Amino acid sequence: MRPSNVLRRALLGAALTTSLLAIPALPARAAEPIRIGELNSYKAQPAFLDPYRKGMQLAVKQINEAGGVDGRPLELISRDDGGNPGDAIRVAEELVTREGADIIAGTFLSHVGLAVADFAKRRKVFFLAAEPLTDKLTWADGNRYTFRLRPSTYMQVAMLMPAAIGVKRKRWAIVYPNYEYGQSAAETFKTLLRAAQPDVEFVAEQATPLGKVDAGPVAQALADAKPDAVFNVLFGPDLAKFVREANTRGALEGTFVVSLLSGEPEYLDPLKDEAPVGWVVTGYPWYSITTPEHQAFLTAYVDAYGEPPRLGSIVGYTTIRSIAAGVAKAGGTDTEKLVDAFAGLEVDGPFGPFTYRASDHQATIGAFVGTLALRDGQGVMVAPVYVDGASVLPSDAEVRKLRPAAD
Amino acid sequence: MSLDSLLFQAVNGLASASGLFLVAAGLSVIFGVTRIVNMAHGSFYMLGLYIAVTLAPLLGEHLGGAAGFWGGIAGATLAVALLGAAVERVLLRRLYNAPELYQLLATFALLLIINDAALFLWGPEDILGPRAPGLSGSVELLGRRLPQYDVFLALIGPVVLVGLHLLLTRTRFGRLIRAATQDREMVAALGINEALLFTAVFALGAGIAGFGGALQMAREPASLSLDLSVLGEAFVVVVVGGMGSIKGAYLAAVLVAEVKALCTALGVIEIAGYTFNMSWLTLVAEFLVMAVVLVLRPHGLFGRALAATKAGEAEPPLLPLDRRGRALVLAAILLFAAMPLIGMFFRYAPVLALDMVIAALFAASLHFVMGPGGMASFGHAAYFGLGAYGTAFAATQLGLSTPLAFATGIGTAAAGAALFGWFCVRLEGVYFTMLTLAFAQIVWSIVYQWEDVTGGSNGLFGVWPDWPFDSRAGLYLAALAVALGGLALLRRIVFAPFGLALRAGRDSRLRAEASGIPVARVRWLSFALAGTLCGAAGGLFAFAKGSISPEAISVGRSIDGLVMVLLGGVQSLMGPLLGAGAFTLLQDTVMRETDYWRALLGLVILVLVLLFPFGIAGGLRRVARLRRAGGAR
Repeated sequence: MRPSNVLRRALLGAALTTSLLAIPALPARAAEPIRIGELNSYKAQPAFLDPYRKGMQLAVKQINEAGGVDGRPLELISRDDGGNPGDAIRVAEELVTREGADIIAGTFLSHVGLAVADFAKRRKVFFLAAEPLTDKLTWADGNRYTFRLRPSTYMQVAMLMPAAIGVKRKRWAIVYPNYEYGQSAAETFKTLLRAAQPDVEFVAEQATPLGKVDAGPVAQALADAKPDAVFNVLFGPDLAKFVREANTRGALEGTFVVSLLSGEPEYLDPLKDEAPVGWVVTGYPWYSITTPEHQAFLTAYVDAYGEPPRLGSIVGYTTIRSIAAGVAKAGGTDTEKLVDAFAGLEVDGPFGPFTYRASDHQATIGAFVGTLALRDGQGVMVAPVYVDGASVLPSDAEVRKLRPAAD
Repeated sequence: MSLDSLLFQAVNGLASASGLFLVAAGLSVIFGVTRIVNMAHGSFYMLGLYIAVTLAPLLGEHLGGAAGFWGGIAGATLAVALLGAAVERVLLRRLYNAPELYQLLATFALLLIINDAALFLWGPEDILGPRAPGLSGSVELLGRRLPQYDVFLALIGPVVLVGLHLLLTRTRFGRLIRAATQDREMVAALGINEALLFTAVFALGAGIAGFGGALQMAREPASLSLDLSVLGEAFVVVVVGGMGSIKGAYLAAVLVAEVKALCTALGVIEIAGYTFNMSWLTLVAEFLVMAVVLVLRPHGLFGRALAATKAGEAEPPLLPLDRRGRALVLAAILLFAAMPLIGMFFRYAPVLALDMVIAALFAASLHFVMGPGGMASFGHAAYFGLGAYGTAFAATQLGLSTPLAFATGIGTAAAGAALFGWFCVRLEGVYFTMLTLAFAQIVWSIVYQWEDVTGGSNGLFGVWPDWPFDSRAGLYLAALAVALGGLALLRRIVFAPFGLALRAGRDSRLRAEASGIPVARVRWLSFALAGTLCGAAGGLFAFAKGSISPEAISVGRSIDGLVMVLLGGVQSLMGPLLGAGAFTLLQDTVMRETDYWRALLGLVILVLVLLFPFGIAGGLRRVARLRRAGGAR
């Protein structure tokens, strides 16, 4: 083979690779859309994120049909973040560099959320974290470019405290999934309960591998400690396994249980008629919220998808609504202006109006607290009460101490 | 903590042990005969459960609850067994002549496809099945209530054990299976229809897994994360028991389940003034057990040394590239070096190229132990993670400069690889593979829980490099230089006397030792070197992403590495580079294009495996050879 031939082949190969690497970005359009680059762990957490995506799409459709934001339509570019920070950062880079996203939003898993928040700070991109619950996102590792929508772990725990303190039980047991969310929920719970009730005793603590709880032994170990109240942080398949074992063994009979997130339809519905009656939980009772804002959302959602919304739908819908409100207030998508606009931004969502606090960039959207009961062979939250996020958040002065990293 | 409660927990453990045993038994049977490391085994288990929770209510409507429940389990078992047979006939049969481990790649692709298929068929929400009619209550034991179904499960394990034992020892089919486990070629030479035997064995193994999954209907919901979570445990049980030993698998299942139940029962304890929550250990209990067993008994509890099988031809020696190949490599290096310029027009290209460069170094270091070393590591991500965490810790907590932090990371990985390698290289074949996995999981669990140093499950972030590496181009060029240096070093070593010694040890340990090569030491050094270079890839990764989390050490990451090497081709030094590039590009593309990207990725891998059973590099070589042959005509 002749050298010139070799070179030609090499160049051809190079050109091919280049073209593969760099499929050009979308061509510009007449009315420049507002590009929202959204990334989430769709494959890792489908039960929560499928409804979430539907919620987002509904909001985008509604806003665009009403003429967009300042005449500019919203364009949603969704990506899977692979469920890990390494892939998520690459996807975030791709959204910003290739797709020309003005804003990034989304993420579910706490460590992915934190990594993307750090990326946002580094590259000075506006990031609205939709789902991740970790307190660090807005406090210890909070930064200027990151805002968060959902009530944090701390807030969710604090919402349950009135019920936990109210029953005046002495011997508490805790069961939580063994990762940051579970650990920090357990810590917060112990701290808050000890502060309100100094003589409380924590008689058992079970940290179970996420998604792999050995439910029989765990339920038994809790029962053997003879607690008179239990704080549960398990969710998803772990929760279903635990509840079934505890029922069969009578492990929690006569025990008062408070439980995080268990009233969310994503986690409650699969339990069907085995939903643990009497547990006090945080969640989303879409069937008994009668406010006009929520009615309008519910009707539109059911019309669009033929199924009731989950909490994920609310989060997705409200994320897009928040971004639209922020862009409208900032008068465009300039990152710095957007950050300033989000500080103190007021948004109307299906749960009513809420604010993005200027002090820690946390939204004051709340959640519902209620007691589980059975209705028509299905678990429901009865007597749900909406707890405003603002009522359980520490004051601005306290928060300033919690946010050393933010400027 | 009373004796009663410990005893009771031990009984609980027996029920869990049966579940574990059923998945593991099928895996063990399949591996024993076909030598396939079946990555899709957890998927069979998951499918069994999904089919059962679907069938049980359907059948229940017509036949009544009890018949529905047990009919659902029977139907699921049968369906999964049939699927197993189909998989063997349609897919795996085409791969028996490929190098070992290519079946692993194919079954890994299946795992991806089955998971997305389940998502498509059953939707994302967990499905909780009915309780077992007649067994939904509990019995009194030691003043506590034990679910009747747990008693049933605790009994079914030994029943299946005895049944399999009888099948293997008393029937002709069993004799054939045992014969094939010991010497596959001899069985074929004696005129046994090997193809039929393999299909039957695969169906049997898949069926047992499906049965195990279906039985869990009364205890846990069908969910999409089951396949992977069960797979790891199944491997552990099989290896601890000894590959191919059914009674070993049962004993190992009991051992693992009891250790876990004990950790749970002990709860929070105090040792010398420190409080320690024993339940934290449930995260790694099985891998701790496996590490201890393998270090003490290199073939598991009941295992024997595997008879060597050499399917197909012996591996041809590695050759340096010819002139044309060198020109292509040079062009590729120039292209990658020009990436920052290309980045002015296509801003995403350097981002992706950086991922490819890091993946290439990762895959090449794994290939060094797998290809020339002949040691397939399932835990290579451990050194990637150690390098990344070492770098991240030095950069953020110690505040070291970028080069020093990077060096710290490499040092951490080197130390880890030297330590773990010393234990691992004493083992052969699949036991080596599993010990590397055990060490990786132990590292993972420490990183996952050591909040103060590693940031726990959230990991460390804010790991951005200093000047001049803080720009995209600066970091990229530095990473490219490091990677090229590492690759050049690996190539040099492979063709040096040390590399020849390593290859000699792989091809024939006995002969190599007879000619004076200290095989164990050569392997150990090569393992440590591979770990060190992998740590460099990890350090680059931490700087590229600005953060690091335990996923970097997870089994998934190790599997990614294996897939890259196998996809590219084990028998060529260019293989891992091509594989890393192709895999990174592929993943980036499919993740963007479709909702069912995992299935698409699986399909593409399957097609590639079927088209190029020796990897991309092997395929290219064959094309070149055909072309030459055609030119000569």
